Amino acid sequence: MDELEEFRTIFFQECNELLGSLEEALSEVENGTAESDHIHAAFRAIHSIKGGAGAFGFDGMVSFCHTFESVLDKLRNNQIPMSGNLIRLMLRSKDIVADLVEGAQTGASGLENMGSDILAELQATLDTGEAPEPGSVGAKAPAAPKAAAAPAPAPVQEAAPAEEELLDEGPVEREVVIHFHPEADLIRAAIDPLKLFRDLQAFGGVSAEVTKEAIPNFEDFQPSQCYCEWKLSMWTSASQEDIEDIFFFAKEYASIKYEFAEPEPVEAPAPKPAAAAPAPAVAAPAPAAVAAPAPAEKIETTNNAIAAAKAEKPDPEANAAKGQKAPITLRVDLVRIDRLVNMVGETVITQSVLAQQATALSPEHHSALLHAIEALSRQTRELQESVMSIRAQPVKNVFQRMNRLVRELNLSLGKDVKLVLHGEHTEVDTTVIEELSDPLVHMIRNSMDHGIEMPDERTAAGKPSEGTIKLSADHRSSRIVITITDDGRGINRERVLQKAIEKGLFPADVKLTPEEIENIIFMPGFSTADAISSVSGRGVGMDVVRRNIQALGGRVFITSNPGKGTVFTMTLPLTLAVLDGMVIKVGTENFIIPITSIIEASRTESHEISVMPNGTRVINVRGNYIRMINLGNALGEELVGEKTQVLIVETEAHGQVGLLVDDLIGQQQIVIKSLETNYRRVDGISGATILGDGKVALILDVDALAVTNLGSNSYHGGGFPEDGDAGEIENSEAA
Amino acid sequence: MATANATRDDQKQNPRNQRQFVTFTVEKRAYAVDIMSVREIKAWTETTRLPNQPVHMRGVLNLRGSIVPVQDLRARFGMGVTEPDESSVVVIVVIEDRLLGILVDSVSDILTVESEEIKAVPTGSVTAGEDFLEGLVNTQDGMVAVITLGLLFHQADTETNF
Repeated sequence: MDELEEFRTIFFQECNELLGSLEEALSEVENGTAESDHIHAAFRAIHSIKGGAGAFGFDGMVSFCHTFESVLDKLRNNQIPMSGNLIRLMLRSKDIVADLVEGAQTGASGLENMGSDILAELQATLDTGEAPEPGSVGAKAPAAPKAAAAPAPAPVQEAAPAEEELLDEGPVEREVVIHFHPEADLIRAAIDPLKLFRDLQAFGGVSAEVTKEAIPNFEDFQPSQCYCEWKLSMWTSASQEDIEDIFFFAKEYASIKYEFAEPEPVEAPAPKPAAAAPAPAVAAPAPAAVAAPAPAEKIETTNNAIAAAKAEKPDPEANAAKGQKAPITLRVDLVRIDRLVNMVGETVITQSVLAQQATALSPEHHSALLHAIEALSRQTRELQESVMSIRAQPVKNVFQRMNRLVRELNLSLGKDVKLVLHGEHTEVDTTVIEELSDPLVHMIRNSMDHGIEMPDERTAAGKPSEGTIKLSADHRSSRIVITITDDGRGINRERVLQKAIEKGLFPADVKLTPEEIENIIFMPGFSTADAISSVSGRGVGMDVVRRNIQALGGRVFITSNPGKGTVFTMTLPLTLAVLDGMVIKVGTENFIIPITSIIEASRTESHEISVMPNGTRVINVRGNYIRMINLGNALGEELVGEKTQVLIVETEAHGQVGLLVDDLIGQQQIVIKSLETNYRRVDGISGATILGDGKVALILDVDALAVTNLGSNSYHGGGFPEDGDAGEIENSEAA
Repeated sequence: MATANATRDDQKQNPRNQRQFVTFTVEKRAYAVDIMSVREIKAWTETTRLPNQPVHMRGVLNLRGSIVPVQDLRARFGMGVTEPDESSVVVIVVIEDRLLGILVDSVSDILTVESEEIKAVPTGSVTAGEDFLEGLVNTQDGMVAVITLGLLFHQADTETNF
């Protein structure tokens, strides 16, 4: 049972990969850059999904995939023409397959009818040889299958032509005879002859002669042994290779002889009834709605997924085609890699302990040791980088999921938007990849809902009626930069500001720069949408996006060109496992501040410090007054005296803040550890690390400190009411 | 709560009906925790303080790469904050896959008792930390109070949420 569960997991993993390549192939088709390779790729992907689905008994998925596959098959044989309708239909079909896969994975019920309208359109495409207008077949969809499925003999009728369609596409048929003589332990090798024959039946009707003389008396009978021999004969156009592929795994446990007759003229009607004959029996329990296409693919059902799981080798057909140049890959449990990453992290720490101890040694007497330690330091760094690169993945998977979002929003918003991807091969750590999806969804929704105009509006403004959203990724130093550019109407600054004032986010006479106004959309509780749509307009969204991105150590901001479009820019660290930090001292403890948030460091004496009426201290840095936070106070350590160092840091919500610290120790790369593994979240702390001396040092969450410190500022003589309220709003939003 | 009860039930099903405890002292009183939950015992080393935590939260320490929080059992029982000396010990326990260090005055012994020797805590007793006690055991050296770790941990967790 557990093993089956494991195969299921692998099947779903493969499905997701296959859906990814399907999406990619269809996108190429959509962009008009398609070559027959892409259609073949799409066909193989859907064929493999169908094979696996059959092995696990996801009948709805099998029947849908089968029809989809038939359409693709006709398309690749140029039996139906490519058209805009067909592309849209295929893209929507792909979405349905994705839904079916997801539904099967989560065990959702009611999947039988999912996508029945699309299925009907696919069927209509097969019947008429042309993709119908979207929605045009919806009405007749239920009627057709019902008529086909109701009387008992009907499925035979229905199945036969379907079979014919499959068969007469290829080269000429000839008779194939296979002598299948299994060894006794065939079944123990997890090979089920019945499955093999069913696979074979996909290529045409098979008639079998069984030699069962070897079956012993009941007392001696071993149920796990195979005693039979078969002589299989069939008429098929399938290539020798395809047929031999079916017995790929069996050939080690059986002697198999093939006799391929010379092709004869097409007339070979005899085997066909055989192909259709078993079909009604199998199809009978299937619901009426899916019964029509069912018979044919029932036979085709394969145990590919199981075979794939056993041998790390997916569907032979897909593999044969893909396997030419693909690099050899290995599927490894993420937990194992994490363990490796942790171990390397420990090694880095131990290495820095060594290096620290070594500074006490005299270079004259210990030069060999010191050289070795230096070499070790280089090697550990390299080791760490290699290990991190194992976890790196291209952002492609996440980016491609956005295609579907845009398609669905196009339908529901009545807009015409094209998504263009750039730099989707940019790699980031898996942990970051997982976190990318939600913010991207929100930002793209926002661009589609608020940014891009309706087609007629665009035409009136002299723009192409089709809007474009460009999603691109790039590496910049140790961060990944993702931009979402739309060519919509841009941000209406007056309206945003007016709305923000109406909502009491700012006083009426506030003076803000254009950038500040644009970034209001990230404030909690702000939304300009007049009507609440299902897409956006609830005023939770962009503030959540910003908070989530910040929680990952990232930043997001928006720039807009009125009338021309809007750009969201999001930067994230490449990994959530290490960061470059500044080690600082407050009281007797060491803390880490992420380098990325530090703007500058200087002595307090070189600046003018003043006290505001409410007691807050501000420091004058080249004419700008910056609020100071005494970290000793914020962290419950001894208060930091004022004749020390001040670190100017950038916070997302509160601008620049000066942190008073006792000392700056130095900069180093640190391995991030979570406090939550064994404890819980602590305010103002984003994590912990282990320093060279083996002690734990806490990583400061500068943004949270800037907020929490406002309340605890009382020793200076009072809080900061406005900002305090803002903090509360944030909390209630979060809840 | 539910988990604590569940552990007790499991332990009752021990075929040999015997249980082993690690005993230690806090403020000259003897306490015990189930030996199965003890991962290791290490001498006190200075921890890294966490900001804005209750007094019994002594901070975190590095246990071979894991960040482990340490609770001061004396402070947890409301008997003041421990001033660690060279006999002070941190007992590292595992509760629901989480590691927790417990700062105690000293570790005494390993105690093996029959399950029925664990007596119920008299209600209304005024022993410090009675809420976390599973029962009392009488030994030659006097009474040992058995601590229910799950309870201690959960209450500590919710209380620290202010």
